[in-house]
Amino acid sequence: MLEFIISKYNFWLYVILMMIGLYAMLAKRNLVKKLIGMNIFQTAIILFYVSIGVKKGSVHVPIIVDSHGHGAQLIHAADYLNPLPHVLMLTAIVVSIATTGVALAVLILIYRRYQTLNEDEIIHIRQARQKAGV
Amino acid sequence: MIWQLDLLILVFVIICALAAINIKDLLSAVIILGAYSFLMCLLWAEMGAVDVAFTEASVAAAVSTILFVGAVLKTTRRSKD
Repeated sequence: MLEFIISKYNFWLYVILMMIGLYAMLAKRNLVKKLIGMNIFQTAIILFYVSIGVKKGSVHVPIIVDSHGHGAQLIHAADYLNPLPHVLMLTAIVVSIATTGVALAVLILIYRRYQTLNEDEIIHIRQARQKAGV
Repeated sequence: MIWQLDLLILVFVIICALAAINIKDLLSAVIILGAYSFLMCLLWAEMGAVDVAFTEASVAAAVSTILFVGAVLKTTRRSKD
């Protein structure tokens, strides 16, 4: 059992990182803290996918030698890293920066309206305003 | 992939994540998140994903930190948790 945990240590640490992000999204009251938690959660998932493509004893990216002329050699896929998860995760990183930007814009609008970023206070002010009929 | 280096950077990344969540000052939390992104970039370069490391260093570490700092300066630095 202990050997099983140690041999796959990176996956366990990714899960711990993911749970840190989930805790921040659920339990923290400040909206910026929730956004930081979302960023941590996203990077933990991206980390997991990139680590799938790593193979033991292979550190090269696939580069074809002599691909245009004669003497092209056969490429063994087992000798190289798997580049497919890298390319997919590039898209995920760019999408994550877009969601962060939109979320920060919404946060600034919320702050202008309620003068606070605390979730409890925002709900309180909203209820008070609804009762007053504003 | 060198597993000693991998484990060391991963432990640093987890420490940075915990610090970014637990610190009361929002500006400090955002800067620690930038440090977290740079450590993540190191982790990817060490895993052989150099293209992802480049993108992370330019997009996530630089642009995201600047956006966060701008938003925090426009709103408030204080946080109760």
